Amino acid sequence: MPRKLAELAHCRAGDKGDTLTLSLFAYRAEDYPRLVAQVTPDRVRAHLSGIVKGEVRRYELPELHALQFVCEQALAGGVTASLALDAHGKTLSYALLELELD
Amino acid sequence: MARIEPKTLRIGAGAGFQGDRIDPAVVLASQGGLDYLVLECLAERTIAAAQLRRLQEPGTGFDPLLEARMEALLPFVERSGLRIVTNMGAADPVGAGKVTIAIARRLNLRVKVAAVTGDDVLRLVKPGMTALETGRALRAHGRLVSANAYLGAEALLPALARGANVVITGRVADPSLFLAPLVHEFGWALDDWDRLARGTVVGHLLECAGQVTGGYFADPGAKDVPDLAHLGFPFADVDADGFASISKVPGTGGAVTVRTVKEQLLYEVTDPTGYVTPDVTLDLRGVRVAEVGPDRVAVGGATGRARTDTLKASVGYLAGWLGEGELTYAGANARARAALAAGVLRERLQEAVPDLELRIDHIGVDSAHKSSFGHAHDPYEVRLRVAGRADRRAVAERIGWEVEALLTNGPAGGGGLRKSVAERIGIVSTLLPRAKVAAEVTLLQSRYAAKAR
Repeated sequence: MPRKLAELAHCRAGDKGDTLTLSLFAYRAEDYPRLVAQVTPDRVRAHLSGIVKGEVRRYELPELHALQFVCEQALAGGVTASLALDAHGKTLSYALLELELD
Repeated sequence: MARIEPKTLRIGAGAGFQGDRIDPAVVLASQGGLDYLVLECLAERTIAAAQLRRLQEPGTGFDPLLEARMEALLPFVERSGLRIVTNMGAADPVGAGKVTIAIARRLNLRVKVAAVTGDDVLRLVKPGMTALETGRALRAHGRLVSANAYLGAEALLPALARGANVVITGRVADPSLFLAPLVHEFGWALDDWDRLARGTVVGHLLECAGQVTGGYFADPGAKDVPDLAHLGFPFADVDADGFASISKVPGTGGAVTVRTVKEQLLYEVTDPTGYVTPDVTLDLRGVRVAEVGPDRVAVGGATGRARTDTLKASVGYLAGWLGEGELTYAGANARARAALAAGVLRERLQEAVPDLELRIDHIGVDSAHKSSFGHAHDPYEVRLRVAGRADRRAVAERIGWEVEALLTNGPAGGGGLRKSVAERIGIVSTLLPRAKVAAEVTLLQSRYAAKAR
């Protein structure tokens, strides 16, 4: 059984102010239910606790075999206030893909 | 699934951000068989920066790459009937229009340029209004320097109706730049929400140019993309109902697949069930994508609801200064020497400026994700990075200066100093009643252009 999320899914990060979006897609349709079951908002919030300070909402898009995570207070105040090197959070898709699956 | 009617419109994306590459746009313009080429070059911060630039030096409020892009692309406007739509006007669309006319004249081309204004709403925005992001009054963030409403496709229609073959705007919602030609050519009503929704999806997929053809996507072994070096930019063939297929010019690098399209479809969407643009409230839940040919993906199924009565405005304010410094440590014990340097810096800077907002990163260890997620990590080299924010330039400069001083006053073997200081512009948003924002069109036409020989 694959252990890292990266083995089952690909991901793209986007930003709007201090909000981070993480779009997660199953490589294979048959793995989508497993993502829905395991990659819950709570697990994502816990996994990214060093980065995401606010709420994590999840939208299911079964037609696309996708989950959309919308993470508030995730970019250290947004591009303006952030002192982070990657102020837009462009690299954070790969932080999510580090998640270990059961 | 998407069906392509005989009458379709082909719209290409020739730039997806301010500094985007120019060569792929030239390939699209010369070989793409396009009806329209859209260049999206304006991020939230870009327009505030342009506003500041214009205050300091009049005549510089438009995109710094305007001339380079227009010189490369204008010849195709006359040669093949291509129409260009772009937000390179930034803080001065009329000024950008005049420069475009001057270039056309120099190249001996006839063009009709329309500048769309009305997005500058600094006079309408009161410092006491509330910022959406923070709930605080705008004035509490800093001195306001710009306010630009996101205009919709409607603002561009008069320019297209009057036959402009180059339309230059300031702040317009990115997908609206693509939706406007569709509304104009197909005569869609401005309350035909489902068609507007489908057209908005086309705009959303194209607005970041190379991000739908394999850029910001490639990952060797997992998501391979052929010939990324020659990444082609996308175009869409759109039918009169807004069903579309996304593709690119044969022979260019990159790939258009279900995967590249899906990643871009959800990019930066904070609510897939109700994504608000100036034109429509978009629901992406019904969207379906399917590969219908090599590097060709059909898209359909979006639905729309009525647009809102408000327009979002981006408000720029002066947010102080960012000072940065970097130094590399390599070889045995590199991580420990970098950590020692970090401690020394923190002490020195906090003694000099007690309330300085400071961040210290160890690049190569944990700078990007504040964690290395369980990988045991003893890197061969570590780059120390220090960043701080200050209200005064002189204080921000102190940060890079102290990093530089580590060369002779810090741990062994630090090298490769870089330091910088930059003024920061903050952005917050507020909502304005739609009816208060009035778009205008200024036509600059052939009398400026040289007569054909």
